[in-house]
Amino acid sequence: MKQEFTITAYSENNVGLLHRIIVIFTKRKINIESFTASESEFEGIHRFTIAIHETEETARKVAKQIEKQVEVLRASYYKKEEVVQQEMALYKLPTESLAHGGKVEQIVRHHNARILTVERDFTIIEKTGFKRETKSLFDELQPYGIKEFVRSGRIAVSREDHGIDKLVTNFEQIETH
Amino acid sequence: METLTLTKQKASTNKAPTERLTGAEAVVRILMAEGVDLIFGYPGGAIMPVYDALYDYQDKINHVLARHEQGSIHAAQGYARTSGKPGVCLATSGPGATNLITGIADAQIDSTPIVCITGQVPSALLGSDAFQETDVIGISMPVTKWNYQVTRAEEIPEALAKAFYIAKSGRPGPVLVDITKDAQIQEFDFSYEKCTHIRTYFPKPTLDVSKVKEAAELINSAKRPYILFGQGVILSNAEAEFKAFIEKTGIPSAWTIMGLSALETDHPLNVGMLGMHGNYGPNLLTNEADVIIAIGMRFDDRVTGALHSYAKQAKVIHIEIDPAEIDKNVKTEVAVVADAKEALTELIKHVDPNSFEDWLQRFHDCTKLEHEKVIDNELHPKSDELSMGEVIRVINEKTNGDAVIVTDVGQHQMIACRYAKFVKSKSNITSGGLGTMGFGLPAALGAQLGAPERTVIAVVGDGGLQMTIQELATIYQTGAKVKVLLLNNEFLGMVRQWQQLFFDKRYSSTVMVNPDFQKLAEGFRIPTKLVTKRDQIAAAVDEFISHDGAYFLEVMVGKENNVFPMVPSGSGVSEIRLE
Repeated sequence: MKQEFTITAYSENNVGLLHRIIVIFTKRKINIESFTASESEFEGIHRFTIAIHETEETARKVAKQIEKQVEVLRASYYKKEEVVQQEMALYKLPTESLAHGGKVEQIVRHHNARILTVERDFTIIEKTGFKRETKSLFDELQPYGIKEFVRSGRIAVSREDHGIDKLVTNFEQIETH
Repeated sequence: METLTLTKQKASTNKAPTERLTGAEAVVRILMAEGVDLIFGYPGGAIMPVYDALYDYQDKINHVLARHEQGSIHAAQGYARTSGKPGVCLATSGPGATNLITGIADAQIDSTPIVCITGQVPSALLGSDAFQETDVIGISMPVTKWNYQVTRAEEIPEALAKAFYIAKSGRPGPVLVDITKDAQIQEFDFSYEKCTHIRTYFPKPTLDVSKVKEAAELINSAKRPYILFGQGVILSNAEAEFKAFIEKTGIPSAWTIMGLSALETDHPLNVGMLGMHGNYGPNLLTNEADVIIAIGMRFDDRVTGALHSYAKQAKVIHIEIDPAEIDKNVKTEVAVVADAKEALTELIKHVDPNSFEDWLQRFHDCTKLEHEKVIDNELHPKSDELSMGEVIRVINEKTNGDAVIVTDVGQHQMIACRYAKFVKSKSNITSGGLGTMGFGLPAALGAQLGAPERTVIAVVGDGGLQMTIQELATIYQTGAKVKVLLLNNEFLGMVRQWQQLFFDKRYSSTVMVNPDFQKLAEGFRIPTKLVTKRDQIAAAVDEFISHDGAYFLEVMVGKENNVFPMVPSGSGVSEIRLE
């Protein structure tokens, strides 16, 4: 049964590694729902967060193939309940849409979103949450004329202890010898 | 945030003294430091500085000029497979680099250590669609174990040190280092240290002895244990440990074509070949074994057939260096993630001496049936048409199994793997995973240069030969004593066999109207002979083997002979057909 999985990979930050990881998915014709690259908690170690909708078997095999890459330290896959995850969305509205008796501001407050900036022509609203939450805000704001909308890739941290700190300490020790 | 260095390898406090060199000369000096004395390649604009540097080191590094980059990389593969050392391949940018790709993919799927060095347009022109520019890093990414583009001379030592280390270590594979022309020309302060460690790379998993003990327990209580071995035994130089293990436990052992020659053909526990055209017993009895011990093999679909009916009754022990292979195709009971040699050395200590006479007899019974239905007729045909198998039989008789057999891809490949006899490891060189037609001839050249003291026979078909036939010129130029055996059936035989069996005999584009191979070989200045009758075979093979130099022997074989047994595509191993 296909379900939502988050794959996390800790790696070097080298040119081309992104491509090397992506081809593992394209080779199997797996659609990547979202892909986020960022720094990690370890200096010099990068972290990829990849969202896919697949069977557990595929998620496991793909994680192993990612971990097999020379410059990848560790790759793991997680079910929805095994991570805490968020996405961020930005909504650009005409500033004049705020002048509907404070209706937009009410919606923003109700959704725990915030107004990032108000310019003469446009206003940017920011919302962090699950996909369904950013979507629900989108639906409510739509009547007021959304000029632009963007949602970030998923970012997620695992609930379990990933044990990567041990690996990192290990190679730091090796390197100082 | 991009780190400039490849990895933060520790700068050594007592750094080796530096020397002012160009990037190109550094490449050559690094090859020497890595013990490379033979490379394969083809020059061109973007790699010219390296070729110029090679000119000064001709006494140290021998360069084999192939006639096509695909030929050079297959030769490098053949060299790597017989010598056990990484094959090194040089090519220019653009078409030079893209012509390597088939060989790189072949080396990747067959775990062959290859270091490719390609020239690239000057860094200032990257991305400008310059003359002979291709994104070889992007193109080769899915088929290399690792690759890297160098744009500054100072990067060359670390990039190549990593390249050699990665190609050879763990599960070996091809790597590619792309060097822009300006980086080859630049001068820099050169020093070199071999790479021994990369912080994110764990090529040799630590052996988990508790897993070995679990495996031993399963083996010790098995009633019908069965060993499947692959190239992992050869790659980890574990032939002696493997033999000791099977002799102590008395377990029947079958091989994948990549594992062929790791155990001598005539060993009493060698029960034969696995897979689509493998032997009858090894396939059929897979579904009767209670414990399967897979060693250095990856349960390729050509070995397993339909997975839903593969070894469902068996508990599977998988000894494998690559963690990504565990549970990839076949679910394991016990996984021993380790180098085969280390795992077997430990495992032998924990297994009981045993023998399985009745179980082994089952294999012998199957062999007997296979002889009656298939083998006797293939090796001693009653019809006037010559068979591929009888030629291989005569070669066995003349060489006593002490030859390196390199094959191309197709019917002749299956026949050679099925019937050639082996007494030494690293003697069967074939394109197993990728099935690359055109592999055989250039791979045989490399195999011969990697094992110059041995007789090297390229067994090829008329289809595959014509994909890389120009390498006969390379064979002539190098003086390599490659024996080319062409088994000519004037068909793309394996495809024709499938058309006959599964496509209603509709021979779509498989008939070959061939050139005069005798004249062609003569044109390449290689002695040649044509055999069309049975009574000519023995004398011709005699001369073929004993001639001191390259030789081209063409045997006209039955046009519509089939390779049996066969596990039809999509069927299970127990549905193997003898006819």
